[in-house]
Amino acid sequence: MVATIVQTNQTPFSRIEVDPITLDIVENALRNARNEMDAVLFRTAMSPGIREQHDAFPMIANQEGKMVVGQFGSFLYGFINGYDGTIEDGDIFLTNDPYSCNGAVSHLNDWLMMMPIFHDGRLVSWAAMFGHMTDVGGKVPGSLPTDAKMIYEEGMIIPPTKIYKAGKLQDEILNIMLHNTRMPEWNKSDFFAIIAALRLAERRVRENIERFGADTYISAMWDMLDRNRAAMGAIIRMIIPEGDHKAYFEDWIDDDGMGNGPYKIACTLHREGEVAKFDFSASDPQSYSSINFLLNEEMFKMFFGAFTINLFDPQILFNDGFYDLVEVHIPEGCILKPKKPAALSCRTHMLGRIFDLMGGLLGQGAPDALNAAGFSDSPHFMYSGFDAKGEWYQLFQIGFGGIPGRPAGDGPDGHSLWPAFTNVPNEFIEAYFPLRIREYATIPDSGGAGLHRGGNGITIAYELLESGEVSIHDDRWLTYPWGVNGGEPGMRSTKRLVRKNGTEENIPSKCDRISVEPGDILYFNTWGGGGWGDPLKRDAGLVALDVKRGLVTEAGARRYGVVIRGGAVDTAATEALRAQMAAQRGDTKLFDRGFSSIAELKERALRETGFQPPQEPVFRSNVRMAAE
Amino acid sequence: MSVTEDLIRRYEDRLAAFEERLRRIESGGTAVAPAMRGVSGRGTGLRLGVDVGGTFTDLLLLDERNGRTYTAKVPSTPKDSSIGVLNGIEKICREAGISPSDIAEVMHGTTVATNTVLTSSGALVGLVTTKGYKDVLQIARSYVPGSLGGWVIWNKTAPLAPLELTIEADERLDANGNILVPLDEAAIRRDLQVLLSSGIEALTIALFNGYANDVHERRVAAIAQEIAPHIPLSTSAAVMPEMYEYERTETTVVNSYVRPVVSKYVSNLQNELKSRMGSQVNLQILRSDGGLSSAQAAMDMPVNLLMSGPAGGVSGALWIAKQSGFQNLLTFDMGGTSTDVALIEKGVARTRRETRVADVTVRAPSIDVRTVGAGGGSIAYVPELTKALRVGPQSAGADPGPAAYKKGGEEPTVTDANVVLGYLPADAKLGGDMDISRDLAAKAVQKIADALGKSVEEAAEGIIAIVNENMVGALRLVSVEQGYDPREFALIGFGGAGPLHANALARLVNSWPAIIPPGPGVLCAYGDATTRLRNEASQTFVTRVAETDDGAISGMLKDLADNAAAALTEEGVPRAEQEVTYQVDIRYRGQGMKLTIDVTPEALAQDGIHGITSRFDAEHEQLFTFALDAEHEIVGLRAVVQGAEKQFINTVAEKGGTDASGARVHSTRIFADGAWRDAGIYDRGKLRPGNRIDGPAIVTEMDSTSVILPDHVGIVDTVGNILIWPANHQNAR
Repeated sequence: MVATIVQTNQTPFSRIEVDPITLDIVENALRNARNEMDAVLFRTAMSPGIREQHDAFPMIANQEGKMVVGQFGSFLYGFINGYDGTIEDGDIFLTNDPYSCNGAVSHLNDWLMMMPIFHDGRLVSWAAMFGHMTDVGGKVPGSLPTDAKMIYEEGMIIPPTKIYKAGKLQDEILNIMLHNTRMPEWNKSDFFAIIAALRLAERRVRENIERFGADTYISAMWDMLDRNRAAMGAIIRMIIPEGDHKAYFEDWIDDDGMGNGPYKIACTLHREGEVAKFDFSASDPQSYSSINFLLNEEMFKMFFGAFTINLFDPQILFNDGFYDLVEVHIPEGCILKPKKPAALSCRTHMLGRIFDLMGGLLGQGAPDALNAAGFSDSPHFMYSGFDAKGEWYQLFQIGFGGIPGRPAGDGPDGHSLWPAFTNVPNEFIEAYFPLRIREYATIPDSGGAGLHRGGNGITIAYELLESGEVSIHDDRWLTYPWGVNGGEPGMRSTKRLVRKNGTEENIPSKCDRISVEPGDILYFNTWGGGGWGDPLKRDAGLVALDVKRGLVTEAGARRYGVVIRGGAVDTAATEALRAQMAAQRGDTKLFDRGFSSIAELKERALRETGFQPPQEPVFRSNVRMAAE
Repeated sequence: MSVTEDLIRRYEDRLAAFEERLRRIESGGTAVAPAMRGVSGRGTGLRLGVDVGGTFTDLLLLDERNGRTYTAKVPSTPKDSSIGVLNGIEKICREAGISPSDIAEVMHGTTVATNTVLTSSGALVGLVTTKGYKDVLQIARSYVPGSLGGWVIWNKTAPLAPLELTIEADERLDANGNILVPLDEAAIRRDLQVLLSSGIEALTIALFNGYANDVHERRVAAIAQEIAPHIPLSTSAAVMPEMYEYERTETTVVNSYVRPVVSKYVSNLQNELKSRMGSQVNLQILRSDGGLSSAQAAMDMPVNLLMSGPAGGVSGALWIAKQSGFQNLLTFDMGGTSTDVALIEKGVARTRRETRVADVTVRAPSIDVRTVGAGGGSIAYVPELTKALRVGPQSAGADPGPAAYKKGGEEPTVTDANVVLGYLPADAKLGGDMDISRDLAAKAVQKIADALGKSVEEAAEGIIAIVNENMVGALRLVSVEQGYDPREFALIGFGGAGPLHANALARLVNSWPAIIPPGPGVLCAYGDATTRLRNEASQTFVTRVAETDDGAISGMLKDLADNAAAALTEEGVPRAEQEVTYQVDIRYRGQGMKLTIDVTPEALAQDGIHGITSRFDAEHEQLFTFALDAEHEIVGLRAVVQGAEKQFINTVAEKGGTDASGARVHSTRIFADGAWRDAGIYDRGKLRPGNRIDGPAIVTEMDSTSVILPDHVGIVDTVGNILIWPANHQNAR
């Protein structure tokens, strides 16, 4: 079913030639509009997740729904083709259902709002934005239940719905939605903040049309799409060798929180003519728990494009124009294309891991552009309960770790791989939540050794001040963030709960409803980035400086073959150690995963991590589709 | 050397003409005797504004008693700026026929703090944090700039307080300032002894939750002073008593970083002034927020001076605006490598509680100046892959400079594009310190023309269009994004390149008229000299509105006002002449941003907190299109105390005829809106109030050139501004 677009003005647009300079001006105007959308949102939203951490993504698309400015690629085309109803001036659509928008949003926490923009009776553009709501109901605070088997356990599902009709808020619908969350005040403010950002985009688009004329504006958008296509065509030819040889890479999510794992995602890449072909057929089938990730193929194309274009023209407004140059195959029922009603809430690990996978895959064709494995996740810490005054508190926080070593240089310590994301100031948390953060520091030696060092992970010591419950979603406790070109893997993540009475517990990577009492301290340690290049070639003076800075220990310096004595490099001992290490090691490895096989890794799991290895997942051959 | 001297002579000629014009204007009409108010009580009423730029030092002398102004321009002396300043003072006093010792006050806007940050030439800073927070600057806010995959190419710069010079104090406060862990004095003394003997030049103490209680910061500072009595010390609670540990630490570290350089500069200048002008002279430094600070306060809190330079320009614009009757202004200050824009509403510049210089962001109040990394020297290029035309952020700088300057530059810059189009005429000898070659400019711009398959003129016009679009982005940030409609504002262009682009920008954002002030180059000195004395006191006070009451709030605000007023009284402003405004930072509980609501003590007494919350709701709706029925939360309280306002020129000047032909020096051709057109070149020194110049036209003066586009008209107003209007605008007919 295709949506009916109601336009009072039927005059078609004509594609006209746009002066290249006018084109650049329209591009700048749209870039400004997008920045303004972000600014309005961050200033008015209430949940720390959106307001401080910026877990929200704006987009402006052309009238057909192709993204012209934004980050995650367009899902509008799919929406327009799947929506059974009218699209009219003044409508704003809301959905959070991954299964009815082909994965445009990938779990129920993300509220996606889409607004058609009309001018003079014609549909001229779309604005859209989605943001992560702290809570959308479901069985656990935060709505990300590790043990969910079906999506119905994860909160309220809203199919594409007109939340504004002819400019009027459908407040009864909003009311129902707000009654199904533990944090109605935050969701309400975040909702209106997104609406304000969309309205701002609408104003900007209309101003541009008045300034340049509708045909020029529409044509300029097409030209921008074409420009990206040409640029990406060149990049694809540059970095992906043509021919029958298929590059292959695989990586894992360690477990599903229910004792099974690791889950493999695997992909091949080759080029036929001008078209790059990605094939995920070798990935594992979908899981019974909530780590599945409904990966929209178009979104993956966007990840690929945005990731690579940075190396060539970071100023470009990246868009959908090159999509026909990329083919992505993901089989149905795969962990990246699970069938409804599979649970999806904890897809964050898989979403992040896609970037490591893509890096490993592309790097084989362009070794100079190969980065080590990074902080490919958004680990969550959630803490909720009733405080001493009987008021409900609920914190959702995203953690950060090490950026990997890259051709460009060392990976920053404790930073975000996601654009725009920031941490929440600890003083803010202490002022508003029953928490004290005793320590907030980088973990020495957690970044992989390399010519360019991997960034360190972070340790956060949360002292909990009220009786409540903690949920954690994390990964890379078993597999390592790998190193490349001779670089070593980074350190794994760990979580340790020190009870007030002094007893200590190892906390698994994925868990819900850990009961905590006042005075308990949770140490949440994220992982480091992998190293890039031969650590034995790193300037020994730089290693000594890292030691002085507490980023590398004296013992850790030996991974670089550097001997520190009295705070300074012992040159003779360093030369000797480096020669000895080089001889023992032989040639450097392109990829260093830190293990030889999954079986070997599992064999040492208990010894190294304190946890039994996860069971090999058992997959059902076919998952029956639930009735729509 | 001889080139410089020649240049100075030419400047002096032009300045003489300029001053003559001012004098004529001032004496022309029935001049209203200027109001005698302000800090003039103890002196002669002579105020001197001084702006030190990279090339020139500009001075402006205001004679309040006689309503006169004098200007002077001398070369800057970068090694010791005070030499240039003193040269200028000699010169201006000679012209005004006064003795340097007659000058009571010297107001100075300085870029020394900014340049220290930009050139990474600040102090080696040691840092003391709370145990567990050593990496506060290393981790920062975990933010990586750029879009998806931006981390692939981003390299983080090292913190201004090196991690190896950061130590932790074993102590802990909670969010209310209660002591959880008492300070381990023995341990911190031991660690400070090592740190203070490591060669650091300044020390920062920034403890966790220190904004709520500074007891431990003060104690650590006292111990440090026992060990090293002369080390410059900055504590976070004194510099920025606000929540957010990274921002507070960074701000305090930046204060330490620029402090030795700024202190040396200010104390040197003050000593020199006193030796030449007598010990009564009162040196005051313009702060980023447009207020004035005593020399001592400037030396203690130099982090408040990071935007001192641009603030001078905005203050100057403010003053011009008052003279010419425009209350709402967008200011546009375009220089060689960057451009500053700001918004003035109803005669007041918008401020914000954050200052940015390059990578460095600090929480210090500043005029809301947005800087675009594009100016006359910005280089245009066409990336091979996308064939898009990009301008900046790379700049040709002063060396080699634009190709047209004949100093070996080959890359096409914005200035070269202006030369190609005839906006910067190669045949008119400009006040600028370089000869201009159109051939070299055209050769450079040809690279762009070839890459785009365009004519050289079209390419040049494209470069100008792109750079203007970048400026529009910045103007939007200060206007539309803050809920203001640029069509309700005039646009004032100054700085070296501002008058070249002002007309085109006004056309893009529909802000009329475009104002070119007299002497666009000395505008900053005007700002310095005309600024009101201002002081403020603030405190973080996070509380739900429902949990406090009118009495408590107005009591705290009154205490803050008394606090802030004391400094002004000390500066010689009687309490009766001081104007007090309260500011309340407020938001919906749960929001991260806050809005600042201004309220007079009288309005607060009458309407109470309710008046503030309802104004917050209204402003929230104006800015963001919605208000909420959520709980209000107060975040901070502030009292701002200002001295009386200055009004110097209150003149009704002679009205000259509309005919500007007397100022037309010769004819030229410029390329605008896609075609070559005949245009006149006018000498600004010969223009009279009331003159009309029909575009296209070029107006030249000492250090700047103005463009009036086709179908626009420039009208000289009574105080010497050129007001550019569309030819069909009602005000142009």
